[in-house]
Amino acid sequence: MLTSIEHIVKTASEQRCRISEVVLEHEVVTSGRPRDLVVEKMRKRLGIMLLSIEKGKHLAERSPTGLSGGDAARILSHSPVQDTLSEVLGRAIAVAEYNAAMGKIVAAPTAGSAGVLPAVLSVVAERFGATEEQTAMSLFTAAGIGMVISHRATLAGAQGGCQAECGSASAMAAGAAVELANGNPEQVSWAVASALSAQLGLVCDPVGGLVEVPCIQRNGYAGAVALSALYLSLAGVKSLIPADEVIDAMYAVGRALPESLRETAAGGLAATPTGLAIAARCAMCAQRDSDPQ
Amino acid sequence: MSVFDIIGPVMIGPSSSHTAGAVKLGNMARNVIGHTPERVEIVLHGSFARTYKGHATDLALVAGLLGMRPDDERIPQSFRIAAESGMQFRIDGGDLGDVHPNSARFSLSWQNTGAIVEGSSVGGGAVVLTGVDGFALEYTGSSHALLVFHLDRPGSVAAVTSVLAASMLNIGAMRVSRKEKGSEALMLIEVDQEIPGAVVARVSSLEQVRRVIYFAPLEDDD
Repeated sequence: MLTSIEHIVKTASEQRCRISEVVLEHEVVTSGRPRDLVVEKMRKRLGIMLLSIEKGKHLAERSPTGLSGGDAARILSHSPVQDTLSEVLGRAIAVAEYNAAMGKIVAAPTAGSAGVLPAVLSVVAERFGATEEQTAMSLFTAAGIGMVISHRATLAGAQGGCQAECGSASAMAAGAAVELANGNPEQVSWAVASALSAQLGLVCDPVGGLVEVPCIQRNGYAGAVALSALYLSLAGVKSLIPADEVIDAMYAVGRALPESLRETAAGGLAATPTGLAIAARCAMCAQRDSDPQ
Repeated sequence: MSVFDIIGPVMIGPSSSHTAGAVKLGNMARNVIGHTPERVEIVLHGSFARTYKGHATDLALVAGLLGMRPDDERIPQSFRIAAESGMQFRIDGGDLGDVHPNSARFSLSWQNTGAIVEGSSVGGGAVVLTGVDGFALEYTGSSHALLVFHLDRPGSVAAVTSVLAASMLNIGAMRVSRKEKGSEALMLIEVDQEIPGAVVARVSSLEQVRRVIYFAPLEDDD
């Protein structure tokens, strides 16, 4: 069972291998499925992730609710700023917009945070010349980090706020990106700790209860945080608080959040005058007079 | 837990609990009557009732009843496909009592048969079947399982389990429930392997058994 980042890093360091190898080996043992089949299945998932970026980039219509759509194209095709950051922002938002438009995505770890990993890993793979196979392997590293978070804390916005969804996606992407950029296992753990630290306390406050505002933009920001954590880690900047303790802190913070800030559309941006007005206008949105759940 | 629970599921958006989970609940309800129903009434509870349109929960439930999986790209067109398949449906919000916030109750009919199925979407696309025809149960769709409606009499359980034992099927979990003493009862039997059709038929033909429903695990398509 993958229950601590420290243990995974230690195992990888002792065996002189990458974290992705440790996680893949664990999957092969626990599932009883052959290694090639497990790797092939992950490659397919990467393929669906990459396709969802392309689909989201060229989205012609607004989402069924009318609240989102078209921002990825603005960032990727029409903005005067075009660089690594704009690519991460644009691709993360592309997938999140495609999800809102009922497109096919890979929940990673959730549908609401599905843009972060595809964006960060595809951009970092291009910048560092990694192959598709290496990128698929880095998804095992991301999965291992996600399993530890799921074991020690939660990946659900309803339990831990947005820090548990986009924050976790960001930590997973940061760690996997470090491996893709040839960082060592310890550097992976620094990136996990620093990405999650940067988003501690982030609330889940979807306008009208829908996975659109602010969720779509937060996918972009979570990608930007992951990219920043990659830069810090590659530069040798350590996190003083170990990754496992940051994860534990995230859980404690999540439990301390009031219910209004845990995916109930009763607080934060959802409860602003404009948020409420949007929800009231939108026939598809959650009704305001109902009790929050 | 598998890496593919974290990097996955592959699904049609926007929500794992309100869209992907809803497709799976539709799959389970369909499996109970073993056919695309001719008529379905669905009552949605809690968060499902309040946000079903914005999360396409309605399209997802209907898609599941039609036998589509959570990653089927026809889910957005499920209402039209239902009309073409001759399935009539009605979806309303309601109160199902003290149940999980994301719960649904299906009243299905096909030819002369009908069923009432209840279930909940408990997060991340995971679901639990919580009721069939008034019997309470708890089945997550992760194992091979038999639902056996039988007479509440001594020997019924032994008769069913001996058929499974004779076929070398190992029982992983089992629960018996009944509405009142001496009437009809329900066994939920989860086994480790796939259950051959001949075994299902042998259980169905037992004197004490009224009806058997076989559930295969809801697995990923890839």
